[in-house]
Amino acid sequence: MSATADAAVAGASLAGQESGAWLHGVIGERDRLPEITGIEGQPVREIRAGGLTAVVSPVSLTQYGEDALRRNLEDLGWLERTARAHHLVVDALSRTGPVVPARLATVYSDEGRVAAVLAERSMELRAALDRVTDRAEWGVKGYLVPAGAPQAEPAGPGGAGTAYLRKRRAQLMARDEGQQAAARDAAVVHAALSERAVASRRHAPQDRRLSGADTAMVLNGAYLVDSARADEFADLVEVLAGRYPAVRLQITGPWPPYSFAADEPRSEPDQ
Amino acid sequence: MTRPTVVQNSGQVLPAGHEPANLGDILERVLDRGIVIAGDIRVSLLDIELLTLKLRLVIASVDTARQIGIDWWEHDPWLTSRARPPIEPGPRDPEEVEAQRRPRVAARAERLGTLSEEEG
Repeated sequence: MSATADAAVAGASLAGQESGAWLHGVIGERDRLPEITGIEGQPVREIRAGGLTAVVSPVSLTQYGEDALRRNLEDLGWLERTARAHHLVVDALSRTGPVVPARLATVYSDEGRVAAVLAERSMELRAALDRVTDRAEWGVKGYLVPAGAPQAEPAGPGGAGTAYLRKRRAQLMARDEGQQAAARDAAVVHAALSERAVASRRHAPQDRRLSGADTAMVLNGAYLVDSARADEFADLVEVLAGRYPAVRLQITGPWPPYSFAADEPRSEPDQ
Repeated sequence: MTRPTVVQNSGQVLPAGHEPANLGDILERVLDRGIVIAGDIRVSLLDIELLTLKLRLVIASVDTARQIGIDWWEHDPWLTSRARPPIEPGPRDPEEVEAQRRPRVAARAERLGTLSEEEG
């Protein structure tokens, strides 16, 4: 408590400009941060309060104030640059210790305000830090594997049109069955991975155009895994990929614990 | 974290280091997850024209999308966020549309064929 806002006041404003602070994330007290470049190429700054450290990028409020921010967020080029810059900071922090990532576009009018927020929410933030210490998030996505061509056409009476309809019906049935099988397998895979994880979330599948995949996503899972067991987790994904061929699995990570920053009840798989 | 891997296609293991994180994966995380702490600058990400944003991610222009009648965002769980089916119906696939049309055409052709035979 005693240290509240000390550091904050020390380096508050940049040459009297209207300067704000973009919050990347919250970490515990650490000796020294590696040099990290934040938003717009500026080195990040630390704000300490209540035994916690907020890592922020100084930003000009003419560009990151409310109106400007709203406008900028709709510019894909800007959004991509900013999202990547924010992610790089959070990622760098996560490689040297636990971090609670902040959602994109959490901006304060000055660094003193950040210190105040750290103090206000210190219990919750400490709990979140404890939860993610020595753990990392892994993403596992599952994609539908299209069913093969239906077996030889069943013979039957009727002309070309009837045969076509019969074949088409068989195709559609095969597709439905394929989707059901993939959904079932996705639920089983998620359950198996959750058992090996400290916590798990099942997110909405990404749209195909966002995922860039040829087929629908049926699993978009996030798993908080002990760092010491990361290899084991990856091995399990591999085993499951072999066991459930109706879904194509892809693992990504390690990620900073984005999905586990907030204390939500463990989400239940859909089935 | 000694051996980050990417597993694809039933067990094929690729080293992850070579693959820069995919923009979609990053956006999904930074926009939709992470702790929400009220900032002073109140820009709710839900207020943002996410539709525009996402369209631009995947399609060059909104106008093009409208012209070709794309309306998938209305059913998109990433946009409508909460209530979400495990498998999304997906966009209308031109092939699918064509495939649905084909049997009708074939049936009509057959019917016409039969008629002309009877007449002839």
